[in-house]
Amino acid sequence: MNGNTGKKTLPEVAIELQGVVKTFGRQRVLDGIDLKVMAGQTTVIVGASGQGKSVILKHMLGLVRPDEGRVLVFGQDLSTISRKELNEIRMNFGVLFQNAALFDSMTVFDNVALPLRERTRKSDAEIRSLVDEKLKLMDLFGSESKYPAQLSGGMRKRVGLARALVLDPKVVFFDEPTTGLDAHKSNEIYRLFYQTQQQLGYTAVIVSHDVPKIFKLSDHVALLAQGQIQGCMPPEQFQLSDNPLIREYVETTMGPIYSSEKEEPGLHETV
Amino acid sequence: MRNALEKIGDQVLYLLEMAGRMGLFLLTCLKCVLLPPYKMRPVLSQIQFIGARSIFVILFTGAFTGMVLGLQGYYTLRKFGSEGLLGSAVALSLIRELGPVLTALMVIGRAGSAITAEIGIMRNSEQIDALECMAIDPCTYLMKPKFVAAILSIPLLTAIFDVVGIWGGWLVGVQLLGVNDGAYFQGMYASVIWKDIEMGLVKSLVFALLVVWIASARGYFLHLEREGGFGAEGVSRTTTRAVVMASVTVLVWDYLISAIML
Ligand SMILES: Nc1ncnc2c1ncn2[C@@H]1O[C@H](COP(=O)(O)OP(=O)(O)OP(=O)(O)O)[C@@H](O)[C@H]1O
Ligand SMILES: [Mg+2]
Repeated sequence: MNGNTGKKTLPEVAIELQGVVKTFGRQRVLDGIDLKVMAGQTTVIVGASGQGKSVILKHMLGLVRPDEGRVLVFGQDLSTISRKELNEIRMNFGVLFQNAALFDSMTVFDNVALPLRERTRKSDAEIRSLVDEKLKLMDLFGSESKYPAQLSGGMRKRVGLARALVLDPKVVFFDEPTTGLDAHKSNEIYRLFYQTQQQLGYTAVIVSHDVPKIFKLSDHVALLAQGQIQGCMPPEQFQLSDNPLIREYVETTMGPIYSSEKEEPGLHETV
Repeated sequence: MRNALEKIGDQVLYLLEMAGRMGLFLLTCLKCVLLPPYKMRPVLSQIQFIGARSIFVILFTGAFTGMVLGLQGYYTLRKFGSEGLLGSAVALSLIRELGPVLTALMVIGRAGSAITAEIGIMRNSEQIDALECMAIDPCTYLMKPKFVAAILSIPLLTAIFDVVGIWGGWLVGVQLLGVNDGAYFQGMYASVIWKDIEMGLVKSLVFALLVVWIASARGYFLHLEREGGFGAEGVSRTTTRAVVMASVTVLVWDYLISAIML
């Protein structure tokens, strides 16, 4: 706990992207990304669909190599370190993929138990109690013998979360953790994130479309647009920023849902 | 003209790259096989899949191969009045050639294609990425049990194939066509020497390695396929290619090993 408060007063950089450029074929997805993720804090990346948020996460995880620029995790350049060193860094990671990426020929229980079985020397009984605890947290009790194909989309997400959190990681990466969940469940999940973050003081990188709810959870919000990070700042500042792209984003996501008839004539005619 | 050259160059580069990748993949997997951890359970379940579940096919093909060898061998040998050599002819062709080759081809069809599809689907649905992010090495976790199981079970399957085939030849040659029972086995004992068995063993070990290597590497590098390894069609296309590639490679190596060891 003390370490946690210490970190809050003296934030260090956990992950840093420097001028990261990535092209797929002719499409330049990332066009010079500069982003710092502070240790012990929650950084949320927002942006329209298809802008490259998931690609940024994959760079941080070392799954994708940048064409230009560097990715530093705990000060180490991912493209220069050995596989072994990369694995040592990844020991601290808990990852939720956008599609959950569950092992589809294993049951829910085995999915969550896998990191414990492969990475620790815990006994079967210990593993069982740890997995049960995480499944209960995710409200998945009773589904442990189902296969991923037998779950709903939201359940799959929650299994992915349970699996990501089961080893109490130091850095978590969540790609749209609450997409597909009802408001009640996503609130529960946010509360859980908040509590575990308070307890463990982990560093979190969250990609989300759940604006503005996700702001309550975040220490920093970064907007990805046009292949670049348009500013990474605390949420209060973010909502008041005068960067035109951020303004536009804030207005479209947090503004009134229906425009008045005056602004967009014809909008209500067909309804 | 320029365009055609460019395309050829492109293709050659791609092939070289793929070959290099697959070579490195093989080295990494072999390293994983030798280094700890040694876990029994996953290896056993793979032996069950690659080995035990292939036994029926092997018994069946082995028996019929031996029977047809008995039949063909009998009519050929009779022309020279030397039906007595049937036992040694059947045994030698099985132990040195047909046993290892046909076993490998059967395993490619049964287990090799399944391995490519399984790993390929895991690659496609980001399950391999997920493993890597958990700091679980896919080579150790996924490939190692398959490699160990194949190296252990394919030579055993080959041995089963040989034995069943010899009895199949006996059935046709001795029971149906009336070759002398004693001559069949006596000729066999006299002509099969350790070197023949050694050649069969070397072949089956090499084939085992080739089969798992090609099957799992094609699945593992599915996302790098030239024509795109996307979706169900990508998996099926790659699986077909892996089967063809493994079969051809086995036959080529069969010739090479024969040429070297004879
Ligand atoms: N492996 C790949 N090959 C080719 N293009 C890719 C690849 N991965 C991503 N892209 C492209 O990069 C762009 C960004 O993709 P990404 O998945 O990062 O979007 P995103 O911001 O996460 O969107 P969403 O909010 O919908 O998840 C897309 O246009 C996508 O087509
Ligand atoms: Mg995404």
